[in-house]
Amino acid sequence: MAVREPEGVGTVVAPGSDVLAPGHTYGSVTDKISAIVLTRGTGNKYKVGFATAVALFIGLNLGITVLMAYGVGVWGINIPVGWGYAITNFVWWIGIGHAGTLISAFLLLMRQRWRTSINRFAEAMTLFAVACAGMFPLLHMGRPWLFYWLLPYPDTMGVWPQFRSPLVWDVFAVSTYATVSLLFWYVGLIPDLATVRDRANKRFKQILYGIFALGWRGSARHWKRYEMAGLLLAGIATPLVVSVHTVVSFDFTIAILPGWHSTIFPPYFVAGAIYSGFAMVIALAVPLRKYYGLEDFLSIRHLDNMGKIMLATGLIVAYSYVMETFMAFYGGNKFDVYMIMNRMTGPYATVYWVLIAVNLVIPQLLWSSRIRRNPLYLFLLSFSVQTGMWLERYMIIVTSLHRDFVPSSWGMFAPTRWDWIVFLGTIGFFFTLFYLFIRFLPMISIFEMRDLVHQTTEEARP
Amino acid sequence: MAEFISAEELLEASKRASEAGYKRMDAYSPFPVEGLAEAIGVYKTRLPIIVFCGGLFGCCGGFFLQWWPNVIGYPLNIGGKPWDSWPAFIPITFELTILCAALAATFGMIALNGLPSPYHPAFNVERFALASKDRFFLLIEAEDPHFGLEQTRQFLNELNPREVSEVES
Repeated sequence: MAVREPEGVGTVVAPGSDVLAPGHTYGSVTDKISAIVLTRGTGNKYKVGFATAVALFIGLNLGITVLMAYGVGVWGINIPVGWGYAITNFVWWIGIGHAGTLISAFLLLMRQRWRTSINRFAEAMTLFAVACAGMFPLLHMGRPWLFYWLLPYPDTMGVWPQFRSPLVWDVFAVSTYATVSLLFWYVGLIPDLATVRDRANKRFKQILYGIFALGWRGSARHWKRYEMAGLLLAGIATPLVVSVHTVVSFDFTIAILPGWHSTIFPPYFVAGAIYSGFAMVIALAVPLRKYYGLEDFLSIRHLDNMGKIMLATGLIVAYSYVMETFMAFYGGNKFDVYMIMNRMTGPYATVYWVLIAVNLVIPQLLWSSRIRRNPLYLFLLSFSVQTGMWLERYMIIVTSLHRDFVPSSWGMFAPTRWDWIVFLGTIGFFFTLFYLFIRFLPMISIFEMRDLVHQTTEEARP
Repeated sequence: MAEFISAEELLEASKRASEAGYKRMDAYSPFPVEGLAEAIGVYKTRLPIIVFCGGLFGCCGGFFLQWWPNVIGYPLNIGGKPWDSWPAFIPITFELTILCAALAATFGMIALNGLPSPYHPAFNVERFALASKDRFFLLIEAEDPHFGLEQTRQFLNELNPREVSEVES
């Protein structure tokens, strides 16, 4: 039951700022965002996009069924390359997820106002990316039905997981990350679910949103604890971003393989994660902005800032590439030197040079503020970066595994169709969830936008 | 219950109500307003301690989870590391600290707030739906010792609200 209210005398109208277009009130911000959920429905473009995503998702289900029925041999993995697409995809998806947490948590602690309109869908992106990532450690097992052996439960055999292994650390890190992301996202949603509940035009919607809103009524006593919880969660989630991808990088560093056993991996991976994550946020923000008319909330300034972060992390990744190469020659270890020469001139050289072009060279365009402020160019660049980051993980995994210390163990890796079906299927799964999210939940944090209206007005007062 | 159009009006009204001696009251806003909780008399929350305890539990629990099997339960020689190889136990301990602290923060906040609360008399006022959009409300409960239906209504009207309504419980 929506209560209609014309704009009264004394209603707060925000002047423009670089993160919010002028002329918005608490009401207009609320109406605009909740209308997408409650009254707008779905257009044809949405339906086509959603159908494509679901089709890929169905492909994923098929791929997983075949995998479970026939085993990991349906993939291209062999000896020596025991890890192929599965781990590449795992690291890629987890990396993408990290930007959402950074935006929600770290930028909150840094009081960066431009995070307000992007944090809700960025955090949703994280949640769905972690869901996609989490599938792969389970799927890539030779005996996936024994996955629970990785968990520390009291068993009849008296054995425990090998707690000193990064693979077990991964179990805890990724589970923690998934849980904390879900909690952080849900906590942020509670007041907005209350908003949608109060604006619902049908009874069943009111009840459904009402259940998840937990009866939130905006009481000042509740807000106080809520804000405190938000800050504490943000404070907890920030080291989580760094630690989860560090633990993921340990999956590689703990081995003695040339190209893997490198102390630069933890910061290199974390920077790379944020790099690809922001690319995904941009890839989502630009279409959402256009198709849902959100230019007032997602201004060019937001895109500019995201572009800058992409550039900064891209430079850290570039530094890491240079350092790896330099250290291989500086250290003089013949296996490290061969590993670098093999990457550049061996059978996977095409992958290496495409990677350098797409991850290192092309993103240097981000130095230009004209490019950063242009949604289309930024969108295209985000594809370049995401492809680059996928290729980077592929290159790290495959080139180090296929030729290590002893030439008689050397081999080659090529993906099979099931590798592709499962990989593209997870992209379908991600977008299926994301389409559902933008249809049924407010994709921008409504109460934080209202707060932004309030702050902008306060600051404009002489 | 009094309805206001801006956060500043509600803040001012809450301070005056607090000075007038009202204690059982609540203020509602569509976004958190700085200083509002203090204006109605709420200064502290137990949430930080709860989160800290959660984190501590996660930390000690996580470390013990690894220490017991590797030192007492079923020690295994992994790479020549000692049984109580504490550096190797740090990642999991750290993750579990974060997990338990986050669970404590979320469920602590929800529980301390008394949520889920499917019913509250404030919702009986139809205009209260605007509390989640763009209006601000001050509610004075009948259980407050200073409450009297007419005096409180008169007092609220002095605060210059847009409307004053009576809430049925």
